[in-house]
Amino acid sequence: MWGDRHMLEQFILVIATLVGAPLAGGLLFGIDRKITARLQGRYGPPVIQPFYDFFKLLGKEHIAVSRLQFIWIYGYLVFMVVSLIFLVLKSDILLLVFLLGFAGVSLVLGGFSTKSPYAHFGANRELLQIMAYEPVLLLFAIGIYAQNGSFLISEIFKQDKPLLFSLWPLFLAVLYVLTIKMRKSPFDIATSHHGHQEIVKGVTTEYSGPYFALFHLAEWYEIVLLLGIISLFWANPLWVGILIALVAFLLELLVDNIAARMTARWMVRLSWSIGLLLGVINIAYIYLTKGVS
Amino acid sequence: MGLMQTSRVKSPWILHFDNSSCNGCDIEVLACLTPLYDVERFGMVNMGNPKHADILLITGPVNRRTARVLKNLYNQVPDPKVVVAVGTCASTAGVFHNCYNVLGGVDKIIPVDVYVPGCSVRPEAIIDGVVMALQKLASL
Repeated sequence: MWGDRHMLEQFILVIATLVGAPLAGGLLFGIDRKITARLQGRYGPPVIQPFYDFFKLLGKEHIAVSRLQFIWIYGYLVFMVVSLIFLVLKSDILLLVFLLGFAGVSLVLGGFSTKSPYAHFGANRELLQIMAYEPVLLLFAIGIYAQNGSFLISEIFKQDKPLLFSLWPLFLAVLYVLTIKMRKSPFDIATSHHGHQEIVKGVTTEYSGPYFALFHLAEWYEIVLLLGIISLFWANPLWVGILIALVAFLLELLVDNIAARMTARWMVRLSWSIGLLLGVINIAYIYLTKGVS
Repeated sequence: MGLMQTSRVKSPWILHFDNSSCNGCDIEVLACLTPLYDVERFGMVNMGNPKHADILLITGPVNRRTARVLKNLYNQVPDPKVVVAVGTCASTAGVFHNCYNVLGGVDKIIPVDVYVPGCSVRPEAIIDGVVMALQKLASL
């Protein structure tokens, strides 16, 4: 069914993703730091600052606290990359959500494999974050199934009408998930980007040198993956979707700068009440209007 | 300069530790992060975690209680690292030099690379000190 040519195209696509996604993700984080600085009345670091940080971390000594934590950080990176590849190959969105869950769990286990109480606190909170966003992402996958009759991402690209029209409540819920996944205020909870006094650096406290660089690399893949998921809402033509995703990214930066850090319990409560409610109503409405097939 | 060295100079992450300072120098260290001085434009970030830090900014004289903590923090910072003693007290123990509980400057406990004198240190002097530390870091 699939010719050699098709295979070759897919292979090239995967290689381009492996190389291009970190570049794009690093730049996005650089833009993030620049815009955040401007919003705070500062000049800010250069846009390529995340790459400086990355290479510096690669050159540093790594202090091993537990050998297991290195396996888990590799797991976090690999699962994140694989789920991104699922997205670019237009594979199954449901499996993608599960792989994303595995990636999150790897990070949590990495935190638990050390003896630092700060890493444990961070890992607990990361678990709460997974609890908060995973059901919403699952509902998103089910919503796509309800609309298209298939979990395949390639099916989304075949539809003329963008998903945003029928799934706009889920779009709002996924925007909310983006804030949780980016670990930005008000959900700056598990890694404590800004509140060092509270739990140092949360789940990443015990990672140093090259392994902390790997964490950054995984985060770069993650942001590209999340923006890719958001751009699925307007897959035809895709550039509109990418534009929507970039606007969503800028919106997150604004929210990060105007919001205070909130507690993990508040996050779960809000995510389950509003996110799940939006998702369930959305899917129920689709089934009511289309009928269960 | 190679890629690694350029990155090292462009991305100094700072750990700020207060031994038993009067808090004068600490306020000036934090002033460096404000919009007026904005050290983040040089890539400097206040980390708060020794395992992610490159530069130790240490204020205040070492006393008998903080010596152990200071040594521990120094050992937790991965190589390559540099130590900057910020203020007269951190450099020589200053006015506290003959207190019964004070051991002396930071260099009595850990090796210091850059001394920044002043009571309290001005933010410009701290930035100068860190830039000197970066030159040392580039040569490591």
